[in-house]
Amino acid sequence: MSAALDAVQALKARWPGASDRATLDHPAVNVPASDLVAALRSLKEDHGFDVLQDVSGVDWGAGSSPRFTVVYHVFSTVGHDYVRVAADCTDAVAPEVPSATGLWPGADWHEREAFDMFGIRFTGHPDLRRILMWDGYPHFPLRKDFPLSGVPTELPDAEVVAETRTGAIAAPMAGGPFVASPGEINMTEAEPRAKDESWTERRPKPEA
Amino acid sequence: MVSANTDLTYNSKIEGDVIVSRADAVINWIRSSSMWPMPMGLACCAIELMAVAASRFDIARFGAEVMRFSPKQSDVMIVSGTVTYKMSSAVRRIYDQMAEPKWVIAMGACASTGGMYRSYAVLQGVDRILPVDVYVSGCPPRPEALLDALVKLQEKVKREPSASKLLSA
Repeated sequence: MSAALDAVQALKARWPGASDRATLDHPAVNVPASDLVAALRSLKEDHGFDVLQDVSGVDWGAGSSPRFTVVYHVFSTVGHDYVRVAADCTDAVAPEVPSATGLWPGADWHEREAFDMFGIRFTGHPDLRRILMWDGYPHFPLRKDFPLSGVPTELPDAEVVAETRTGAIAAPMAGGPFVASPGEINMTEAEPRAKDESWTERRPKPEA
Repeated sequence: MVSANTDLTYNSKIEGDVIVSRADAVINWIRSSSMWPMPMGLACCAIELMAVAASRFDIARFGAEVMRFSPKQSDVMIVSGTVTYKMSSAVRRIYDQMAEPKWVIAMGACASTGGMYRSYAVLQGVDRILPVDVYVSGCPPRPEALLDALVKLQEKVKREPSASKLLSA
């Protein structure tokens, strides 16, 4: 049995709330959010999973329960193996999990990104600000109820807004995706462009 | 004894060679022959911009080799790359800090229209916040295309009524 499977078995034995998680590659385990940091600490200190590779969020869609899940990938430089740890957020409106920054300082920006994109709050994070979108942006773009084209939003700089009278606009794909045309053709025609240019944000999509 | 100069016409033996021209032509010739770019490099187009400045394409042939990273020393902002909404305020502010006269080249699909980034995060064309003089197509454009844009901009500058603008300012 591999070190990763051993570690998962040990986690399940120690925390009764932990359970096997469906996986196609590395051993994976679901952990209750309340036991998350203790389980990650055990993986790091008792089982040699010393590298935090990634922290990411999942939105299962409005109405799902649980709605948000946080997924951690940890790697062992001793056993050369991965373990995936997932924790469901109990609250769908204000999702929260404890921060792993106390174990791995590198979790800092991963958690800021998950907060920025999904609105998952990491309690105990030293500096939980947005990392990609600007401060004050009112939406969480990777949530399932956020449209791909975006929603009209004010820009952060009031002075620039007053001068340019513009803001973030919804930008529908307009027949996209925008792809380059393959083959030996004229450079101008090979430029990336929408395959259907009959509708834009100014002209609505014609009824089929 | 020094006598008063009573010559009514131009005496080349005293004053040297002189060329007669229009003020517009002189001012525009000066402006268009040394356009110092403000390289607003935001994405991969900036790599092509660097190629334009390097020896093979050599933007110095057109008098625009002096890339100035200070907006107050530059004449033409070359917006080369994807302008995100988060960056757009900074781009506008840098443009505001450039001294008149100033021009803008939108280099590439992203700067011109948002390009393939039809997204919640990307400004759909830098002309939403800046007055653009020349658009360059391409993703990214060939260096020759940017040189062509610069030549087009120089032609545009040469048509401007600079003298009357200066007098009315």
